[in-house]
Amino acid sequence: MSTFLHGGSIVGPNGVETADVLITGNSIVAVGTNLPVPASARTIDSTGMVILPGLVDIHSHLREPGNEEAETIQTGARGAALGGFTAVVAMPNTNPTIDSPSVVRDVLALAEGVACEVLPAAAMTVGRKGELLTPMGELAAMGVRIFTDDGSGVQNPAMMRSIMEYATGLEAITDGEPIVLAQHCDVTALSDRGHMHEGEWSTRLGMAGQPVIAETLMMQRDVALAELTGARIHFQHVSSAHGVEIIRSAKASGLAVTAEATTHHFTLTDAACAGYDPVFKVHPPLRTSDDVAAIREGLADGTIDAIATDHAPHEPHTKEFSFDHAPPGMLGFETALSLALHELGLPLERIVELMSVRPAEIAGIGDRHGRLIETGNRANLAIVDVDETWTVAGTAMASRSQNTPYEGRELKGKVKYTIVEGEITVDQGVATR
Amino acid sequence: MNDLLTIEDLGADGINEIMLTADSMAEVSARPIPKVPALRGKTVASMFFEDSTRTRTSFETAAKRLSADVLNFSASSSSVNKGESLRDTVETIEAMGVDAIIVRHRSSGAPRQVAQWAEAPVINAGDGWHAHPTQSLLDAYTIRAEGRDFEGLNIAIVGDVSHSRVARSNIEAFSVLGANVTLVAPPTLLPPHVEALGATVSHSLDAVLAETDVLYLLRMQHERMDQALVPSLGEYHRTFGLTPERAKQLPSNALIMHPGPMNRGIEISPEVIDDPRVRVLNQVANGVVVRMAVLYLVVGSNGGVI
Amino acid sequence: MADADLRRTRAVAFGRSGLSRFVPQTTVLNADDVARALKRMAHEIIEANSGLDDVIIIGMERGGVPIATAIASALESIENHAIEFGTLDVSFYRDDISTTSILPEVTKMPYSVTNKHVVLCDDVLFTGRTVRAALDAVTDFGRPKSIQLAVMVDRGHRELPIRPDFVGKNLPTSRSESVRVSIDGVELGTTERIESGTRESDS
Repeated sequence: MSTFLHGGSIVGPNGVETADVLITGNSIVAVGTNLPVPASARTIDSTGMVILPGLVDIHSHLREPGNEEAETIQTGARGAALGGFTAVVAMPNTNPTIDSPSVVRDVLALAEGVACEVLPAAAMTVGRKGELLTPMGELAAMGVRIFTDDGSGVQNPAMMRSIMEYATGLEAITDGEPIVLAQHCDVTALSDRGHMHEGEWSTRLGMAGQPVIAETLMMQRDVALAELTGARIHFQHVSSAHGVEIIRSAKASGLAVTAEATTHHFTLTDAACAGYDPVFKVHPPLRTSDDVAAIREGLADGTIDAIATDHAPHEPHTKEFSFDHAPPGMLGFETALSLALHELGLPLERIVELMSVRPAEIAGIGDRHGRLIETGNRANLAIVDVDETWTVAGTAMASRSQNTPYEGRELKGKVKYTIVEGEITVDQGVATR
Repeated sequence: MNDLLTIEDLGADGINEIMLTADSMAEVSARPIPKVPALRGKTVASMFFEDSTRTRTSFETAAKRLSADVLNFSASSSSVNKGESLRDTVETIEAMGVDAIIVRHRSSGAPRQVAQWAEAPVINAGDGWHAHPTQSLLDAYTIRAEGRDFEGLNIAIVGDVSHSRVARSNIEAFSVLGANVTLVAPPTLLPPHVEALGATVSHSLDAVLAETDVLYLLRMQHERMDQALVPSLGEYHRTFGLTPERAKQLPSNALIMHPGPMNRGIEISPEVIDDPRVRVLNQVANGVVVRMAVLYLVVGSNGGVI
Repeated sequence: MADADLRRTRAVAFGRSGLSRFVPQTTVLNADDVARALKRMAHEIIEANSGLDDVIIIGMERGGVPIATAIASALESIENHAIEFGTLDVSFYRDDISTTSILPEVTKMPYSVTNKHVVLCDDVLFTGRTVRAALDAVTDFGRPKSIQLAVMVDRGHRELPIRPDFVGKNLPTSRSESVRVSIDGVELGTTERIESGTRESDS
C-alpha cells in the first residue's frame, strides 16, 4: 500500500521546497520530482499545500480513564489528528492517576488503533499528592519518558529534590534516553484562592488573583534544584514574561532546561475574562499583553522550545457554573496550528521546530516523530492548506467537549490530511478513526 | 440592555435618572398608604445564593410598595447545593414566569452570566467582590439628599477595599458623579493594581480626615485576620477605626456612612455611633426608595421597547 | 429649540432614551384666548361649587400643572384668599406603564383630599386613560367629597366613560395629530421622533 503526495511544498532538510513524496508502508520511501508512482498508490493532490512533519503535543489531557464524559483517548486522538498531530503526550491527572504500570498499560491498550500515537506521561508522585514517589524505574522501563504532576506542581522542595535525584539514575534503565521532569510551576499557597491572573483585570472584576510570583518562585526553585541534581527539568505552559526570563538565563548558564508555551498564552490576555465566561479560565491563567509579547519573543528566539496545547476538555455544563467554580482548561488540538502559523509571524520552518521537532525530542520519540520530510523517515506527517479560512465552532470539534476559547473566530490554516505511520487518519479534513 | 449589573452600565446620566425617580419613590414611601399599583401583576424573582437579610428585605419592601409579587428563592432551600448548575436554576425560575430577576451571589460575575441566560432583566444585588450597584445608588442618593454637590466632594472609603463589592461600585459611582475618592487601608486590604480602580490611595486615616466630606466605612470581616491581612481587629480599630478622637478631626458637616451591619468597636467606636453625622439609618431608608426606582425603571420598561 | 419642545418619553437608564418633538401647524388659541378661557373656567368652578370652600386644585403632571397654577391664581384673585393646591404624577397608576415608562415627577400633595371637592386640572383630554389613573391616585390620598375635571382642550377620542366638567376649548382632531397647550396658546400639529426607541405619550 502506497500513498503518493503530489505537488506539495515540503518542509525538508533544505527548507521549504516543492516535491512529491512517496510513502510505502510506514515510511517515506522517496522524495523528489518525477518519481515513478506505483500503480496501486493512492495519489493525494497536494498542490498549494504544505507537507509538514506530523505535529507533536507534549501536553494534553485526554481525560481517560475517569472522565470519559469530557474526552476519551479515542476522541482526543481524533481531535489531535484533525489538528495535524501525529503524537500526543497524555497527562497523568486522570482518575485513577497514571502513576503505576497497570494504568500505563491500560492507557496504552486504549491508545491502540486511535488516530495518532498517544504516549502516557506518568505522575512523579503517587496520586499527584506530592507525598510518595511513583515507581519511576518500572514506568521508565515501560517507555515512559515524561513524568509530571501536572495540574499542580510538587510543592515540597525536599520531595522535588528527591524526584530529581532519583530521575538522574534512571537513564541507566533507558539506555541513556533522557527522563524529563515536567513541572507545572505554581506555588499553590500563593495562588490557590485565585481564579485568574492577579492584575488590573482581577481587581476590576473583583476576582481573587493568581500572581505571577506563584509561577516564577517555583521555576526559580527548580532551576536551583536542577543545578544541584543535574536532572532535566521541563517547564510546562510558561505564562509570564518573568518566567520566560528565568528560562533564558537558566539556558544561558548551560542548564539542560526545556520549556513549552501554550497557544492560548500567546494569543489571549486576561482581558478575555471581563465577561466572566468560564471558557477563559485556565491554569496558569491568561496574563497581560506584556506577558504575551514576552512569550512570543521566547518562541522566536528559542528560549521556549515547544508549543503545546494543554488541551483540557471539560463537559459542556461546566461552562454554566460561575467563573470561580468552573474548572480551568481549554480545548487546543484543532486550533493550535492555525494560531501558530498566523499569530506568531514566524517562518514555517520555525513553527515546525516548535510544534514537531523539539517536542518530539523532549518526549523521547525523535526516532519516529518530528523528522523532516526526507527519504527514510517514518511517514508521520500533515498536509495543510495554510490559507484556507474556517470558523471555530466547539460543536464541530472532535472532542466530546466544546470549551474552545476561540469560538466564532475565523482562523487561517486547515489540516487536510494527517498520516500516521503511513496510514491516513485525516482524509480531506475528516478523521478516519 | 435591560439589566442593572454594574454602575458602569449606568454612567452619570443613568445614576441621576434613578435618583430623580427615587425622589418620586420617597414621596410614595411617605404617604399614609405607601403603596402604588405601578408594578401590579408583575412578578419579581429574588434569587439569593448568598444570605443577606438586609438587602433581600430592602428589595422585597421596594417591590411590595410597587405592588409587584415577589418570588423568593434562596440557595439554602434549593437544589443549588445538590450541584444543579446556575443556568438550570435560573431557567427553572424563569419558566415560572418572572418579569425581573434579582440576583445575589457570592461569585463575582454570576449576575452577568444569569443575564446571558435569562430573558427577564437582571438586577445585581451584589456579586462576590465585584459590584453592588444598588448599594452605590442608595449611597449616592443619601449624599445627594443632604444637598451635597458631588463635584469636588472628598469621599474617603476606609477599610477592606480588596474584598469589597461596595467599594468597587462606590468608587465608580462617586467618581463618575465628580467626587474625589480616596481609599484608606493598609496595603494588605487593597487589591493588587489598585490604580485600576481610579482612586487615590492613603495608608493613614488621620492624614485624610480633616479634608473629608464623606467618610465611608467598610465592613471588616473577622476572617481577614486568619489570612494574615491584619494583625488583629484591635490594631485595625486603633489604626483605621473611627474613634471619638478621629471623629473630632472630621469636619462638622461631614457625613459618616457604612453599608451595614456595623461592627461596633472595629470600624467605629460605640461612642461614635450616635454622632449626628452618622447617616446609616438614612442609608437603609433610602435603600428602599432607590430599589423602588430601579425596579420601576427596569420592570416598568420591560416588554414595550419598540 | 426650547427645552419645552423636547419631551423625554423614556428613561435614559437601561438604554431606552427617546425624545420627540412637536411640529406646530395651526394656532388654535393665542395667549389672550387662553387667559380668557382660564378665567371663565375659574368662574365656572366657583359657581359649580358654590364658592371655594373645601375646593382643592390639583394639577396633573406635567402638562396640567401650569393650567392648574393659572386656574388657582385666577381663583385666588376672584375670591381673594389662598386656595389649597397640589400636583399629582399619575405614572404609577397608568395602565400602559410597560409601554411608556415616562419618568415620573414628584407628587406634591400637602393637603388632605378627604371630604374635599377635588378639581383635577390637565392640559388635554384625549383617551381619558390619564384621568382614569388620576382618579385612582387621588383616592389613594383620601376620600374626596367629589372629583371634578378641568381641561384646557378636549380633543375627543375617548376610550373610557370620562367627561370633563370644565373645558377651555373643544377641539376636534384626528388621532394622528398632536395638541400642544401652554398658557401662551394652543397649537395643533404633529409629533416626530428625534431619537430612536421613542413612543409618544397620549396627551
